[in-house]
Amino acid sequence: MKGSDVTVSNVSKFFGSFAALKDVSLEIKKGEFYSLLGPSGCGKTTLLRAIAGFEDPDSGLILIDGTDVSGLSPDKRHCNTVFQSYALFPHLTVFENVAFPLRIKKTPVRLIKDLVMKHLSLVQLESHADKKPSQLSGGQKQRVAIARALINEPSVLLLDEPLSALDAKLRQHMLMELDSIHDKVGITFIYVTHDQQEALSVSDRIAVMNAGLVLQVGTPQQIYENPATEFVARFIGETNIFKGKVLSREGTLNVIGIDGYGTLLVDDETPVEVGDTIVATIRPEKIRISNDQPVGDELNVVKGIVEEPIYSGFQTKYVVRVEGGERLTIFRQHANWSEGIPDIEWKDDVCLSFSARDLVIVEKSPG
Amino acid sequence: MKRNFGPTYVAPQALWLTVFFAAPLLIIVAYSFLQKGLYGGVEVVFSTQAWVDIANPTLLKVTVKTLWVSLAATLIIILLALPCGYSIARSKNQALRLFLVIVPFWTNFLVRIYAWISILGNEGFVNQALRFLGFRAEGFQFLYNQGAVIFVLVYMYLPYAILPLFSTIDKFDFTLLEAARDLGSTKMQSYIKIMLPNIKGGVITAVLFTFIPIFGAYAVPLLIGGKDSYMLGNVIADQLTKTRNWPLASAISMSMTLLTAIAVFLFAFKKPKEQQIVKDIDPLSLPNGKTTGFLHRAPGQGKKKPSAKGAA
Ligand SMILES: Nc1ncnc2c1ncn2[C@@H]1O[C@H](COP(=O)(O)OP(=O)(O)OP(=O)(O)O)[C@@H](O)[C@H]1O
Ligand SMILES: [Mg+2]
Repeated sequence: MKGSDVTVSNVSKFFGSFAALKDVSLEIKKGEFYSLLGPSGCGKTTLLRAIAGFEDPDSGLILIDGTDVSGLSPDKRHCNTVFQSYALFPHLTVFENVAFPLRIKKTPVRLIKDLVMKHLSLVQLESHADKKPSQLSGGQKQRVAIARALINEPSVLLLDEPLSALDAKLRQHMLMELDSIHDKVGITFIYVTHDQQEALSVSDRIAVMNAGLVLQVGTPQQIYENPATEFVARFIGETNIFKGKVLSREGTLNVIGIDGYGTLLVDDETPVEVGDTIVATIRPEKIRISNDQPVGDELNVVKGIVEEPIYSGFQTKYVVRVEGGERLTIFRQHANWSEGIPDIEWKDDVCLSFSARDLVIVEKSPG
Repeated sequence: MKRNFGPTYVAPQALWLTVFFAAPLLIIVAYSFLQKGLYGGVEVVFSTQAWVDIANPTLLKVTVKTLWVSLAATLIIILLALPCGYSIARSKNQALRLFLVIVPFWTNFLVRIYAWISILGNEGFVNQALRFLGFRAEGFQFLYNQGAVIFVLVYMYLPYAILPLFSTIDKFDFTLLEAARDLGSTKMQSYIKIMLPNIKGGVITAVLFTFIPIFGAYAVPLLIGGKDSYMLGNVIADQLTKTRNWPLASAISMSMTLLTAIAVFLFAFKKPKEQQIVKDIDPLSLPNGKTTGFLHRAPGQGKKKPSAKGAA
């Protein structure tokens, strides 16, 4: 496998007295597509810059392939960056932008043309070689930046929100292209984004960050299905949060008293004690909605009134106010016509049912 | 229909340029083709004597010296102003630093020259300090030589280079430097290959703002230099006041103006040859062996023509 593994070990970084990174530790494997996901200002760029060599951590170590890189300037590290703002050299053509690293390395002139054209074809820009960056569209600039960052054949590619300046459609398209480029070059990608959709769809693993801390590291499924904290649950996709107390338990089945609902059953491996205060979450698509009778034989059934049905083509999102005053979000996929699911309208009385297994305990504290 | 107010708007400026720029220039041209008056001034008789007199070896020597002094001073100024402009652009209190650059302008030009005399003179501060530290009692001769002239010229005109350089560097996108570093260049390479081509306009303005006034310098070589530091400005003054050959003085002035104009044109407006190649021939379709010219072209040569503001 090409690419390097990157180890970030207990890295902290302060700007004045403000801690941008607090004791961050990550193990990134060779060839992985690894995302750093978190809200604006959580320290993603700072971490990426520390790996690239633009920021010196105040404490902790960064190892690339097991070698401590502290003290190595960016030009000496075997990683290249795709900058958020592209950072193309405006005075050079596309060809010369991509050739820049080779010229610096004094690659023989006869090799340069082939190498550059090869990388331009990787990003499908062969026909734009002699344009200036100012003559390119956003997506094309982005591709030049990628080709330029790849031409030195780095073992790690750092991407700082590379798609944030593009419109939604193009972003989807470029994301798939990035994924296929990753498959082709096979090196380690460290991908910074604040867009959970992006991170979920292409990453091998994701580190979710907030306020300088890494909250959870895991595969997209782990992050989505088993969020480690309430913050992660709320940040990744939409979710419903319940706060309550453990009333009794039987094996992994907990009876939780939720303020306002009465009781819910939660089937979760998390070891809790009777009396603990817990936060549990369930994803909106795991709740089934029906007019009067609960569907199936789920353990949890709640009644409520539809406050907002929001139709979006492939699904409808319902905001339901349940007895006790809380609002829950439910997604219902639109299956084919023959299923004959009755229409649920605004102000309808509905029945919500969901499995005890789909409720996940994300936080607990001894009561 | 909208009326075209263009000419009306331009009128004040046109009037200004005619009265204060074109007219004096024409008078000088006219003087250079007249006969010299006995006690200065001119006699209104056509004569090409001044243009014959101008071709003399002494004058040529002074011209060459003026050129090299101006070039040396300009070069030193640019080399000093680049890091100054850069550090001001990147500093947190730009306003204060810019203010400090401008402060010397509050003092009269001549007063500042005399200040240097009292600092560097034989009985000046520096010599007194050196004497106090036990260096030789007769002191050092800092003034009245070529080096002193260049030194004071650099001091005088440095702000004129710092200001335009600051304003272009301030607009420069510094992530480009990081990108260059990331792509393998050293700090120095990133400044030279990436920053310099992108602030070319500012450099050209700075060169013009300093070279042109230094080329016509009069007071500094007169007061700081020795007899051998004479520059063209001093020769012209002598022709006016001592030798009283006004036509010759006018002819020299005209030549200087022409020389400057040509230099400015060559420096600021001439397109680099390579740019034509880039434009006319698709570099990638060149046969393999012939790409060298294009591929080795220095960064920045493909850049658009810089603004001509500096030429004013
Ligand atoms: N050079 C700096 N000086 C002072 N504070 C800084 C500096 N760089 C970053 N910070 C602060 O550190 C925090 C983390 O910044 P960072 O750029 O890493 O955020 P981010 O996660 O990349 O956010 P975004 O998604 O908006 O790009 C922010 O609060 C920011 O204000
Ligand atoms: Mg950022």
